[in-house]
Amino acid sequence: MSTEILMPALSPTMTEGNLSKWLIKKGDTVKAGDLIAEIETDKATMEVEAVDEGVVLDLLFKEGEANIPVNKAIAIIGDPNEKVEVKKEEPADKVIEEKKIENNIETKIETKKDDIINTLSPKKEEDTNLSSEEITMRQALRDTMAEEMRKDNKVFILGEEVAEYQGAYKVTQGLLQEFGKERVLDTPISEHGFTGLAVGAAFKGLRPILEFMTFNFSMQAIDQIINSAAKTLYMSGGQINCPIVFRGPNGAAAQVAAQHSQDFSSWYSQVPGLKVIAPSTPYNAKGLLRSAISDPNPVIFLENEILYGLKGPVNNDINFSIPIGKANIEKEGKDLTIVTYSIMLQKSKEAALRLKEEYNLDAEIIDLQTLRPLDTETILNSVKKTNRLITVEESWPFGSVGSEIANIVQRDAFDYLDSPVIKVNSADVPMPYSLSLEKLYLPQVDDIINAAKKVSYIK
Amino acid sequence: MKKLQKADYIKMYSFMLKIRRFEERAAQLYGMGKIGGFCHLYIGQEAVVVGILMTIDKNDSVVTTYRDHGHMIARGLDPKRIMAELTGREDGYSAGKGGSMHMFSKENNFYGGHGIVGAQVPIGTGIAFTHKYNREKNICRTYIGDGAMNNGQVFEAFNLAALWKLPVLYIIENNKYGMGTSVDRAAAGLDLYKRGEAFGIPGEKVDGMNVFSVIEAADKAGKYVREGNGPYIIEVQTYRYRGHSMSDPAKYRTKEELDNYKQTDPIEIVKAEILKKKIATNDEIEKINKDTLEEIKNAAEFATTSPFPKNSELYTDVYL
Repeated sequence: MSTEILMPALSPTMTEGNLSKWLIKKGDTVKAGDLIAEIETDKATMEVEAVDEGVVLDLLFKEGEANIPVNKAIAIIGDPNEKVEVKKEEPADKVIEEKKIENNIETKIETKKDDIINTLSPKKEEDTNLSSEEITMRQALRDTMAEEMRKDNKVFILGEEVAEYQGAYKVTQGLLQEFGKERVLDTPISEHGFTGLAVGAAFKGLRPILEFMTFNFSMQAIDQIINSAAKTLYMSGGQINCPIVFRGPNGAAAQVAAQHSQDFSSWYSQVPGLKVIAPSTPYNAKGLLRSAISDPNPVIFLENEILYGLKGPVNNDINFSIPIGKANIEKEGKDLTIVTYSIMLQKSKEAALRLKEEYNLDAEIIDLQTLRPLDTETILNSVKKTNRLITVEESWPFGSVGSEIANIVQRDAFDYLDSPVIKVNSADVPMPYSLSLEKLYLPQVDDIINAAKKVSYIK
Repeated sequence: MKKLQKADYIKMYSFMLKIRRFEERAAQLYGMGKIGGFCHLYIGQEAVVVGILMTIDKNDSVVTTYRDHGHMIARGLDPKRIMAELTGREDGYSAGKGGSMHMFSKENNFYGGHGIVGAQVPIGTGIAFTHKYNREKNICRTYIGDGAMNNGQVFEAFNLAALWKLPVLYIIENNKYGMGTSVDRAAAGLDLYKRGEAFGIPGEKVDGMNVFSVIEAADKAGKYVREGNGPYIIEVQTYRYRGHSMSDPAKYRTKEELDNYKQTDPIEIVKAEILKKKIATNDEIEKINKDTLEEIKNAAEFATTSPFPKNSELYTDVYL
């Protein structure tokens, strides 16, 4: 009986890989544990081992072939005396396939990109400096850090695996090579200590960029972020500021469970003295990160692991920036307002397309970009026009960014509201591991559509 | 070690006395309700900060705990404005927004005044990182209370400082009690200076009631750090005469223990040395005493007549 060797998923968010090298050839006998190929992903190059035994009957891809989807058969091993079965196009494991679809927003965006970018992103289109080439969010962040490090010697980066390893999510790729180990520093796994150290360096006049491998680990250091970084300017009567950027992926990735999937947007947005940014595209990631690095205050810069591979055009001017505190009207509309940020922008856009197609509802989408200070003016103006509001975010519901927006809108635009504000949040539970439960936990397009119907009184 | 000049003896005596008189006055104002909140006095510990001060370069940085009044005075800052911060007035060093525990002077490289036990240790390590990053020859002196020596981030900072050979001098002010808990009830292993050994950080124990011992140790340690050898720890054995804070009656220790320490009062030790070496006469000492008392009285007067911050100040200094 022959067995297919499938393109493996080498990380929770990997969707495709390149076959950089075969380590076996047709006719070889392989045992479980033998190395069979080198696979290159956007994060790393890794060797793949055989898990079954047999003779290599066929290699289905040539060396150097790129973008092979996870779970696609790449080789067949088995008994040479048996007839090779016709290879199946459908992956064997349906659950894994489901995971690929549900968690791979990148793929979904790719397929709908033309619709979304062309019809829903007028701001980017108005940008005469827009690059013809599309780059990933990961590259946009990396390029911006490099550009700012070239401009100002006081800017340096520290964090776990940012240097030699090139970044746990490859956001700092190449920075060590360009700027050297004095400005790109690998830290031990001691968030409390190195965060305090970076805050001290910022007090003394440097401009650190501190990468948390994920914001989950910032809880280890949260005293230094809040009690030291955020409050010292005030406590010193304006003498000592703290120009630091805390950045890294925030929120859920893919099936990494409760301790590695928390969204911290409302936690940090609650703190005076901090600014909080949550980019949603390569374009605004670039403009907003530049503003964050230049800002004289501590900035929490909440990225998203699933968005790192999202591609889009950017403005390559090394002085291009997007001001902190300004929301972007991602799509204009007249029937209801969807206020969102970070990864939920993508789901909100999908929901908006379906709302138009299925219910003829024209939704206006506001991408907050900055959570603190909040651009209340843009929100209120939109609500005054559409008279209906839903908020969409990945955070837990209690005291979320949406809660504050609901408060502001009922206070300042009460007479304009035609229906109660509805918040779409993650479930009020720790993040479960299981794929099916994780999907249930996170806000989905259908949840957004249901909320939109509710504020529009559509049954 | 550089030889102490006559003027140095007078300087030490004056500063230690100024700290003592300041703290006594602060206690009085606290009792009168002019100072609120937490107020941690430095009485008994004066030789520590003044001894360190004698070895400091003005471009060196300092960061300390919430027991910081004496540190501000030793840094040469104006007692009037320090006291005005304690009374929460607009002339205070933090414009009345920091209070006793949160005082800073950037122009004097004094980086606080930190209210969270242990938090100043990574911060001081980061300031030292900056000196090294900027290729400056300066060092950061980071004070640590004995209580903080059981706090995890201190060891994270030690590891980073040793790993990156940062120019930081850690000074443990061991005053025997973390609030009401004696060191032997809190620390497994009483030689706190040895806690750097695992990281290869040298350390030593010093008599903190005797300013001359402090100077000798600080001078040696300061040179070691300044020469690029990485961090160094000195554990200064000292004693606070008062409770942890103003609201602490210090019932956890005996009167005999306190009296015993008062026998080795740090200010008396300097005074005796000055008289023995005939650096000043009794009359000249008396004049310093009188001038100091006067200066602190004026500081209290200033601090209780300076206006409270304007209401509009509530919303300033949140962001730069």
